Amino acid sequence: MLASLNARALVLSLVLLAVFLGLWEAASPKQNLSGELTEYELLMGGAEPKAAVPPPSAVIGKAWEELSNPFYDAGPNDKGIGIQIGYSLYRVLTGYFLAAALAIPIGFLIGMSPLMYKALDPFIQVLRPISPLAWMPLALFVIQDSQASAIFVIFICSIWPMLINTAFGVAGVRKDWVNVARTHELGAFKTAWIVILPAAAPTILTGMRISIGIAWLVIVAAEMLVGGTGIGYYVWNEWNNLDLTSVVFSILMIGLVGMLLDTAFAYCARLVQYQE
Amino acid sequence: MSTPFLSVQNLTKRFQAPKGGESLTVFENVNLGIEKGEFVCIIGHSGCGKSTILNILAGLDEPSDGAVIMNGKEVSGPSLDRGIVFQNYSLLPWLSALKNVTFAVQARYKSWSKKQVHDHSMKYLELVGLAGGAELRKPSQLSGGMRQRVSIARAFAIQPELLLLDEPFGALDALTRGSIQDELIRIWSGSDQTVFMITHDVDEAILLADRILLMTNGPYARVAESVQVEIERPRERANIIHHPDYYDIRNHLVEFLAKRSRELAGKQDGDTQAAPKIVRFGANAGAEISSETGGKPDARKRAVNNAD
Repeated sequence: MLASLNARALVLSLVLLAVFLGLWEAASPKQNLSGELTEYELLMGGAEPKAAVPPPSAVIGKAWEELSNPFYDAGPNDKGIGIQIGYSLYRVLTGYFLAAALAIPIGFLIGMSPLMYKALDPFIQVLRPISPLAWMPLALFVIQDSQASAIFVIFICSIWPMLINTAFGVAGVRKDWVNVARTHELGAFKTAWIVILPAAAPTILTGMRISIGIAWLVIVAAEMLVGGTGIGYYVWNEWNNLDLTSVVFSILMIGLVGMLLDTAFAYCARLVQYQE
Repeated sequence: MSTPFLSVQNLTKRFQAPKGGESLTVFENVNLGIEKGEFVCIIGHSGCGKSTILNILAGLDEPSDGAVIMNGKEVSGPSLDRGIVFQNYSLLPWLSALKNVTFAVQARYKSWSKKQVHDHSMKYLELVGLAGGAELRKPSQLSGGMRQRVSIARAFAIQPELLLLDEPFGALDALTRGSIQDELIRIWSGSDQTVFMITHDVDEAILLADRILLMTNGPYARVAESVQVEIERPRERANIIHHPDYYDIRNHLVEFLAKRSRELAGKQDGDTQAAPKIVRFGANAGAEISSETGGKPDARKRAVNNAD
């Protein structure tokens, strides 16, 4: 019975999906073109009595169309979904790894030194709760470049979970293991490399996983503001086009990419996990 | 009277009470000496500060007063000259058993090649019976006994001048404990290692030690007696119990733990320089003692303090 747990869960998931899509499809009003339209009606967007959320069949059709040619580029406002996601990933990963390069060493410092912890704690406590988008105007003014400003916003939002988790993980390394390093006369660098880093790695990876999740949440909003390219801009652009089918499709793509990012980091976390 | 290899002088540990209360003196004026190559056990009830003494010897803790002098130099801070085996093994769980030893050997012998380090580590792992693939496992995949073997192999592999064992067998079942005791005594016999070991097990102390130090209860604990175990080596667990001195020593230790450790407890008055009273059994019981620790000779077969 236990072996079939996954299989049963899969069946249940599919049933739930089918029920959900069926209800959605049934709830969508049918489009019926009746008679001649006046010129005004044509200008106002066709014969639909009321704009409605597209049925799943339309979304699936759209997804097929988009995914069969994801990398086309037909001008500034008409790029394939692959290109848009590519831009977003580029911004997220750039900002994210810049943040990691800063947060992990500083987290180490804070975790190792109670003085640094006490000195830096007020800054962290004030800066951390600031919504990343609140930095946007300042970033645009200082950096004078919308692309770099979006990256900066990702940087600032992903730094905190990594910084705090690294500090927490480093400070929480078991005294016994630190004593092993001390009794073997390991220098500061070797202690960090042989003992502290592997001991704190699972906690650090947890922080990195939280950060990538937040970064992916924030990029959509940031791109809606800065415009030009990216999945966030795409959503907003399709909304302006009143193409709700594309909006629903891109929402699903955002979820899918977020899931893949999280899965990748979960896999990395398993690599550094150890059992006591 | 020459200075012993390791000399502990008037060692005192106090813990400051929070907010001006009276500070707690765990032990006071502990004096003892250990010769090169000696195997010394220390016995006492929980809370008498045995582990603190060991941590001070290791350099992991600081005394409030007094000094530890090894090889004519005062001990300050941890060093590879003093290897430690803790009760909880202190292995790094993300490294294999072999890597847990090689990193230590590499730290000790920095100029060695990878191959030398590997061969040296494997030699000691084989000595404790870990070979044939078991050395590649992580500590979590090894039993408690196996983990402690790795820890012992690591401590011997760095060939420290003083080996400190903090209840190394405390967490092991009796059978495993017995076989690792045998291995420990075998490895020790083949080396000139000086060992200082904490134990709660009276039989273990008699089997392993040249000398057993007895601590009174805390607070104000001190090393009251030093019992010579002159049973000839090699000793075996099966035979040692038939030795004529065995039960004399055992009874003396048990009586100390059950009764006199409590009666002798409390503040000392008078001679703070006093070395522990030396107690001997068997043929040497009446012999004049020219002790390296400066103890006064005690002629009775069972030298018992007059308190009882």
